[in-house]
Amino acid sequence: MAFATELLVSALILIGAFFLVVGSFGLAKLPDLMRRLHGPTKATTLGIGALLLASMLYFLLVRGAPSLHEILISVFLFLTAPVTAHMIAKAHILRDGALQNTLPEAPDGAGWATLKPAREDAPAA
Amino acid sequence: MIETACLIAFGAIAAALLMNLYRLARGPAVLDRVLALDTMVINAIALVVVVGVFFGTGLYFEAALLFAMVGFLSTVAFCKYLLRGNVIE
Repeated sequence: MAFATELLVSALILIGAFFLVVGSFGLAKLPDLMRRLHGPTKATTLGIGALLLASMLYFLLVRGAPSLHEILISVFLFLTAPVTAHMIAKAHILRDGALQNTLPEAPDGAGWATLKPAREDAPAA
Repeated sequence: MIETACLIAFGAIAAALLMNLYRLARGPAVLDRVLALDTMVINAIALVVVVGVFFGTGLYFEAALLFAMVGFLSTVAFCKYLLRGNVIE
């Protein structure tokens, strides 16, 4: 049982470290910002999730002291990763004039939220 | 076994941080640097968590939580500044 626990925790730590490297490698390697966003938002989030799960299982099963801090950290990180990616993508669209010319037309002439003011009949945010 | 896994993870996270540092120095746009900083914060949280497992102490989790909050707020503040020209309107 102790061996199985150690194996599980070690495997989760290695999986987490692997996906952190994959995410950072994507950030360093991919050609433009919109593609670079994929690495940190998806692979790195998976990696940190696996590491936090490993830490939780380690303190619960090996140390016998359940710890809930990891749940707080993982919930916070999983909630904020999409928000930061969205903010970065919005700022990127606003600042890149060449990219704005390649955007498709939004339906009903609504325009892109970053570039045009809200319509009169739009529901209040 | 867990110690060995932690040592391998230290090396892997250090390599990830170096790749983030490359993107932070290289750019080219300012948002690439913002994204690199955000990823560096997540990698630092991972390093703190693995250090906690390696030394078998729960002392470090508050540090990881504070890192997560400060990293998120700084990234959102950067993006807000780039979008609107100031942070709080």
